[in-house]
Amino acid sequence: MADKKYNALPGFGLTMGFTLFYLSAIVLIPLAALVCRALALSWAEFWRLATTPRALAGYRLSLETSLLAAAANALFGSLLAWVLVRYRFPGRRLIDAIVDFPFALPTAVAGLTLASLFADNGWLGRCLAPLGIKGAFTPLGIVIALTFVGLPFAVRTLQPVLENLEREVEEAAATLGAGRLRTFVSVIAPVLMPAVLTGFALAFARAIGEYGSVVFISGNLPFKTEIAPVLIVTRLEEYDYAGAIAIAVVLLVFSFLLLAGINLLGQWASRFER
Amino acid sequence: MQHRSDKQPSLRGAEEPPLVKWLLISIALGFCFVFLLIPLANVFVQALSKGLVYWANALAEPDSLAAIRLTLLVAAISVPLNVLFGLAAAWAIAKFEFPAKTLLITLIDLPFCVSPVVAGLTFVVLFGLQGLLGPWLEAHGLKIIFAVPGIVLASIFVTFPFVARELIPVMQATGSEQEQAALTLGANGWQTFWHVTLPSVKWGLLYGIILCNARAMGEFGAVSVVSGHIAGKTDTMPLRVEKLYNEYDAAAAFAVASLLVLLALFPLAVKILIEWRQGRREV
Repeated sequence: MADKKYNALPGFGLTMGFTLFYLSAIVLIPLAALVCRALALSWAEFWRLATTPRALAGYRLSLETSLLAAAANALFGSLLAWVLVRYRFPGRRLIDAIVDFPFALPTAVAGLTLASLFADNGWLGRCLAPLGIKGAFTPLGIVIALTFVGLPFAVRTLQPVLENLEREVEEAAATLGAGRLRTFVSVIAPVLMPAVLTGFALAFARAIGEYGSVVFISGNLPFKTEIAPVLIVTRLEEYDYAGAIAIAVVLLVFSFLLLAGINLLGQWASRFER
Repeated sequence: MQHRSDKQPSLRGAEEPPLVKWLLISIALGFCFVFLLIPLANVFVQALSKGLVYWANALAEPDSLAAIRLTLLVAAISVPLNVLFGLAAAWAIAKFEFPAKTLLITLIDLPFCVSPVVAGLTFVVLFGLQGLLGPWLEAHGLKIIFAVPGIVLASIFVTFPFVARELIPVMQATGSEQEQAALTLGANGWQTFWHVTLPSVKWGLLYGIILCNARAMGEFGAVSVVSGHIAGKTDTMPLRVEKLYNEYDAAAAFAVASLLVLLALFPLAVKILIEWRQGRREV
């Protein structure tokens, strides 16, 4: 990247042309078509379809469960990243490897296996039942599924930052008389915060749109356990295209805002880079 | 990170008390066990709950076989296309300077943030019977929605960023001095790419392909919207799993699911094993 004045490498026109063509054909034109169809609706009609009580209940459930799942990911993901980077213990490499597999595990399989585990007669549902907690077919089940799919985002965002942390700074803090807890709170945590927040936002973005893993475990009862993406599919199955498009556009706008937020977070995080 | 304090054991005051350390390790191990290992083990236990014969029969059913074939076909089309795109995009972004580069990277990331259901819906809006191009397609006897092309398009959309995302940082990190040197020594563009660039990014590329392949085979939401769920024709393996589950044939659903897991995770497992044998660290 050093020599920018004279770049003799060939292929810029070809690769750039193909990139833009492919990006437009697969992503931009279809998304534009969706927005165009939504614009064809009158504003009053769009507003009516996008804010039916059932849709509002769906957004609310999606937001609440995704926030809870992202918070759980930020907490356990940070803990996992910390343990993986800082400590040496038997099984560490295995854990490090399997953290990735919610990325690779098909979401339908994740939903299927979690639903069967947390059903009342499942391995884990049986442990929760005496406590009066129902896992499958409740909002809790949705949070569990969303936590599963979002976990790698939180771990993998924080891990490289932790690895590059200067241990000497912590030693210095200790030398100056700070206890371990004090060092963690005032020296380590502030540096890790942007990465933790980015992981939180990525897991949240993934959770808001997630469909495959949730549809198995949630039971999909309108007003109770029906998240917004599931409602889009329901509308489509009723041949209510306008209704589906209106809710989809609301989700899409929300995704754009989140993506913009994540980019801003990234810029904020890079202020610590040397 | 290798050159620093890892070797010297004295990190006085920069370590937690052993009690805290082992408590954190226990929580991490417990969490991984409950949330990652048990769900995976459960797939195989449930799949074999009615015996190996039932498992094999569930997979050998004509509709299941058709679903397996379709899933392999979809992956075989969408993965190479996204690899081609990933290589082109990474080359353009990492080796050249141009305005609005950040915008382009953000747009490539876009499919990560879009709900798979919304992704599927965009193709219905574009190519469906009531869609913008629907009437024209029907007049020419072409079918995209509720047919294989729609499934392929939806799979390409959701797996769009995987290869590019892995390759861009790796190519940026290696820079372009080596390529410049190869060109100076008389290699042409393709030779430079093939012998210099490709070997230096092979691990990132492999990881991108593995994730892209797993997601293409396992995609559910987007494919579910465009497929039409025609048994034996437009059911992929994840859709077949859902159908069997809704028919209360859990053992058969898990049988198809277990094969899907093997197809999606086997390459990842192989890559991890190769890395362990070479002593490389996970990126």
